[in-house]
Amino acid sequence: MELALGIILGCCALGAGIAMIAGIGPGIGEGNAVAKACEAIGRQPEAKGQVTSTMIMGCAIAETTGLYALVIAILLIFVAPSSFANVLKEAIK
Amino acid sequence: MNAQSRRFRAVDFLYLCIMILPLICAMALKVCFSVSGEGVQIAGAQIYFTIPMPLMDMPFTEAQVNSWMVIISVWGLCLFMTHGLKVKADTRRQHLAEWCVTMCKKLVNENMGEFFAGYTPFIGAIMAISLFSSLMSLLGLFAPTSDLNVVAGWAILVFALITAAKCRCGPLLYMKSFCEPIPVMLPMNIISELATPISMAFRHYGNVMSGAVISVLISSALSSLSRMVLGWLPGVLGDIPFLRVGIPAVLSIYFDVFSGCLQAFIFAMLTMLYVSGGFPMEEYLRRKAADKQPAKKQSVRLFE
Repeated sequence: MELALGIILGCCALGAGIAMIAGIGPGIGEGNAVAKACEAIGRQPEAKGQVTSTMIMGCAIAETTGLYALVIAILLIFVAPSSFANVLKEAIK
Repeated sequence: MNAQSRRFRAVDFLYLCIMILPLICAMALKVCFSVSGEGVQIAGAQIYFTIPMPLMDMPFTEAQVNSWMVIISVWGLCLFMTHGLKVKADTRRQHLAEWCVTMCKKLVNENMGEFFAGYTPFIGAIMAISLFSSLMSLLGLFAPTSDLNVVAGWAILVFALITAAKCRCGPLLYMKSFCEPIPVMLPMNIISELATPISMAFRHYGNVMSGAVISVLISSALSSLSRMVLGWLPGVLGDIPFLRVGIPAVLSIYFDVFSGCLQAFIFAMLTMLYVSGGFPMEEYLRRKAADKQPAKKQSVRLFE
């Protein structure tokens, strides 16, 4: 029983950590977007406002995949262990 | 004149009460129901009470109550700002109110076009409630936007609005838009349609929630660090977490203020883009022109 609970907790934590690898993608993507926006502003300083608002929108959309991973990680840490433990208890009964 | 101004002040006071009392109420509720405990506490919204319902018990959580408090408070703010409007603005609050309305109109005009000017109040309302809900964490209250249910409700509302805009030229055209560019894409299109509200809800919730979690983690880490470094101080001095003073507040500027404002802006912006992008403008204009043509012919005939 204790071993099984330990495996559940450990694997939930590991899974949360592995899920957050997805943070790499949005990081690179947003970095590219901001770099290009800086170039665009350098080329056309008068279009600064429009470029900035478009960049923020693009960043927000690029961030979505990272946030999916974050939500999964939060679920794995705060919600999954107790529900899995309940499943285990039911199975042992 | 004097009596009138006294009445004006009394109404002003009433509006201020409507604005501030809900926040105090929320604080009092939080103090009454808070569970005392030591150490790090990262938990979802507290459940204040549950109402038994036939299918499932209906819980009233902190997030729900706080979001209603925000709604009442924003209502009071609007009443206060628009109290005693004059044709020629000479009070500070009227200038501020006019500035807000002008900004909303400008934003909608720039991003959606003249045709969608009727959406301005909705966009302004969603921006205001999102902004004030996120800023509620500055008062030490549970921000309603860090609960998925509240944000998902808004996202479903926006999704209904988008679908209504897409159905403007009849449900047949709406169905047909799923089979574009080729009918094989049908499942993909359905998935991407359903992903819209989910991604909107998760984006807002994830940003605010991650800020809250990181703030709690950092403040608890700082308190344990100060116990380690300054624990040798005699008596009560050793128990006070000195390092926890001030540093989390700096982070809160980013996580609460900046992130909250940005997410409110992004939520409103995405609503505008999806609604104006989903509207079948060409078909609508074509039909309008087609509707007008026969009428014109008739009138011409009548003239002849």
